[in-house]
Amino acid sequence: MQLLRYAIYRFGTMLLTLLVVSVLVFAIINLPPGDYISNQINELRATGQASGLAKAEFLRREYSLDKPLWQQYMIWMGFMPGVHGFSGLIQGNFGWSFEFDAPVAEIVGDTLWLTVLVNVAAVLFVYMVALPLGILAAARSKTWIDYSSAFVGYLGLATPNFLLALILFHYGNKHLGLPIGGLMDPAYEGAPMSWGKVQSILGHMIVPTFVIGTSGAAAMMQRLRANLLDELGKPYVETAIAKGMSERRMLIKYPLRMAFNPFVADIGNLLPAMVSGSVLVSVVMGLQTIGPSLLIALKSQDLFLTGFILMFVALLTLIGTMISDVLLVLLDPRIRYEGRDI
Amino acid sequence: MKDLLSVEDLSIGFGRDPSVVEGVSFSLKPGGTLALVGESGSGKTITCRAILRILPKAAQLRSGRVVLNGRDGERVLSSMTEKEMRAVRGDAVSMIFQEPMRSLSPLHRIGNQISEVLWLHRGATEAQAKRKVLETFEHVGFPDPERAYRSYPFELSGGMRQRAMIAMAMVGEPELLIADEPTTALDVTTQAQVLGLIRQLQADTGMALILVTHDLGVVANMAKDVVVMHKGRVMESGPAEPVLMTPAHAYTKKLIAAAPAIPEPTDEPAPPPAEVTDPILTLKDVSKTYTMRSGMGRETLIHACQHVSLVLPRGKTLAIVGESGSGKSTAARIALGAELPDPGGQVMFTPDPGGETLNVHAMDRTQRTMLQRRAQMVFQDPYSSLSPRMRILDALTEPLDIHNIGTKAERRERAEEMLRQVSLGPDMLKRFPHAFSGGQRQRLSIARALTLNPALLVCDEPTSALDVSVQEQILTLLEDIRDRLGLSYLFISHDLAVVSRIADEVAVMRRGLIVEQARPEQLFNDPHHPYTKALIAARPEPDISRPIDLSLVAQGAGSPETWPEAFRMTNTEFPELSTLSPGHKVRCHV
Repeated sequence: MQLLRYAIYRFGTMLLTLLVVSVLVFAIINLPPGDYISNQINELRATGQASGLAKAEFLRREYSLDKPLWQQYMIWMGFMPGVHGFSGLIQGNFGWSFEFDAPVAEIVGDTLWLTVLVNVAAVLFVYMVALPLGILAAARSKTWIDYSSAFVGYLGLATPNFLLALILFHYGNKHLGLPIGGLMDPAYEGAPMSWGKVQSILGHMIVPTFVIGTSGAAAMMQRLRANLLDELGKPYVETAIAKGMSERRMLIKYPLRMAFNPFVADIGNLLPAMVSGSVLVSVVMGLQTIGPSLLIALKSQDLFLTGFILMFVALLTLIGTMISDVLLVLLDPRIRYEGRDI
Repeated sequence: MKDLLSVEDLSIGFGRDPSVVEGVSFSLKPGGTLALVGESGSGKTITCRAILRILPKAAQLRSGRVVLNGRDGERVLSSMTEKEMRAVRGDAVSMIFQEPMRSLSPLHRIGNQISEVLWLHRGATEAQAKRKVLETFEHVGFPDPERAYRSYPFELSGGMRQRAMIAMAMVGEPELLIADEPTTALDVTTQAQVLGLIRQLQADTGMALILVTHDLGVVANMAKDVVVMHKGRVMESGPAEPVLMTPAHAYTKKLIAAAPAIPEPTDEPAPPPAEVTDPILTLKDVSKTYTMRSGMGRETLIHACQHVSLVLPRGKTLAIVGESGSGKSTAARIALGAELPDPGGQVMFTPDPGGETLNVHAMDRTQRTMLQRRAQMVFQDPYSSLSPRMRILDALTEPLDIHNIGTKAERRERAEEMLRQVSLGPDMLKRFPHAFSGGQRQRLSIARALTLNPALLVCDEPTSALDVSVQEQILTLLEDIRDRLGLSYLFISHDLAVVSRIADEVAVMRRGLIVEQARPEQLFNDPHHPYTKALIAARPEPDISRPIDLSLVAQGAGSPETWPEAFRMTNTEFPELSTLSPGHKVRCHV
């Protein structure tokens, strides 16, 4: 009951944060001088293509870009009626991409859920690798297991992702027959969901997941190892041993639970780091995630496309932090009962 | 009768270093009580852990045998495999540790952590284990066992947590309980109650006890046999009475002499108190109320300190005594201006006789600098109050640096002089704190407090982290410096014996209120308040013939709502502080 109340409260604060983020995003996009349309008008003028001017002017009016900035924001969000009435983010209209000359929804379309898919897979990969290796490294600290896992970890941290991507593509294809580039076979692109498409996507995801996840996994493993080593020196560990527990059972029940907090708290941080960190990787590997679109949109000052993608990443981050906060409350009674009468 | 446990010629060492425990032997009869006594570094803790082989990974058992001869027949613990050892731990032999705050996992319910012993050793089901645990809880004095079973450790007080630890050790019905400084981290009244509990459990179940402690008072109250250890070797051992009353070994004599004791009552009438004409520090009606917010807007008021009025005459020592949470540290923090009192309270500080008087909570910038220079603090834990990354020279000259006093050479000279003041050599300036023992570190923090030439020192439990013999030296040093440099002390402590030695006046606090205030002779000769009586009674004396009077402790240390009518108080209603005789005030209805 208390947990539910907390989750609802947390959801409320998340919406509020999202609102603040939207203001920031809009303000930051508008910080650099000029915008897509005026850039284009200038270019058209310079080349004397007067015919295009009319269209540009039309777009400017159509999307209320001739209005003051705060009104543009309100219209973009859908708090204020634009030329065609209320039609903003909260009404589900993501705007128009000038660069691609198509609705934003159409441009991002598939890439949205592919982004979520790749990144969730990478997060799971991080946890699946870091958890056992971190525990092992701590439990057998200062042995060859510890040293070799640290070595591999630092290697993972130090290798640039795009380089790792190229290496893995080369050898993965040569020895395991893994596909190169993309997130599915070109034949399935735009095709409706089918068993074949799922298989194709899964096969294509192996290398990207590995590439995007390695550095995160290495960092998290080291952190878990350090936390766990700290915990192993605590008196309650001694108490557990004095009870007659075996080392393995003790390790999992007590110190691991304690070392788990930062691990869980990281979910929120992992997501944005991966999305923004994987932009370059996505370009190199030709992944149809949101990354490449973001890069193009930023370069050409494509207002609505940039805005939408940034809002989407912010939403992912906030959902991640919300999940980790709620999980922390579940895991740690000290947080749960903070301020409760004793 | 055969021995339950015998330890023969035990030696333990680390790496290639000489052994830290060498040739230690002792034995224990079923139901007996043995005390391992020594200062920190004496090897007593390593010795007791070696019995259950709960040692740091790097420790090597170099020689010796540990034999347990109990209900499961004769077992040589020192040569058993790790797996066989696990069957002994928590079953035939169990252990309780020093820090009840940190010896329980904060993330698991108490009931779960204790039931675990039965799941491990008896293969009990959850329900069976719970029944047994609740029974044990009742035995160790939990008022509401069901509630305790569901609690998390952080919901219980220190004393209750130690009871939970004891319950954990007792639930497997051990033949031997090893208690490693079980009461060191507890208040003196709680300590008395926990010791009483262990003794009663022993009488009820007939288990044997090994008590590891540095406190001879605890030994006198608990043990039948004593082993005195020093630097890893046994100095003296034998029945408690001769060892404590007529010690043969010089080291034992030294330990007993160093133990601070509350003075014997005398019949001399106390001289009337002199009028205070030149107070250095005055607290007038100081209160501090904290508001604790919990969850959705609910607020609880916590009265950390209520109507505290104190006067510290120049050159004297005023002590505030009380258990943790009594408000003594809050009062000290307010006196130093580190915290604002509630409106109405006032703190006046007069650093120089006849000089300017500062209102500590309404100062301008220059006055604040003056306060910071003339009032200094000595902290409780010398291990964490010195930065491990600063050389002694830097630590000692830092205050001068901050206040921009003197040239580099002058600062260095000042630092050397300060070291001489605390009886350390100037050759130590280049070293780091880790090269010093606890006592030396406390000397260093005193030296640091002295560098700015203060008039007032606030000493916050300056000796409670130290061994008895070192404690003695630090107290002597503090007295010496006070008289030599004409300092005044505000001395915070939970230990009446320490206070009885150094203080000119004592204020006893409980729940944020001063309950009794007098000069030490008056207080010890003629305590009036039940809480003061409990504090005096709870103090274990290194004297077999003066055991702790538990009923006195229980009455005074209990909740203030249960005090006799004349003294009774609740959070918001309490009697006034009334003067019984000149200089002796008690909070009671007259």
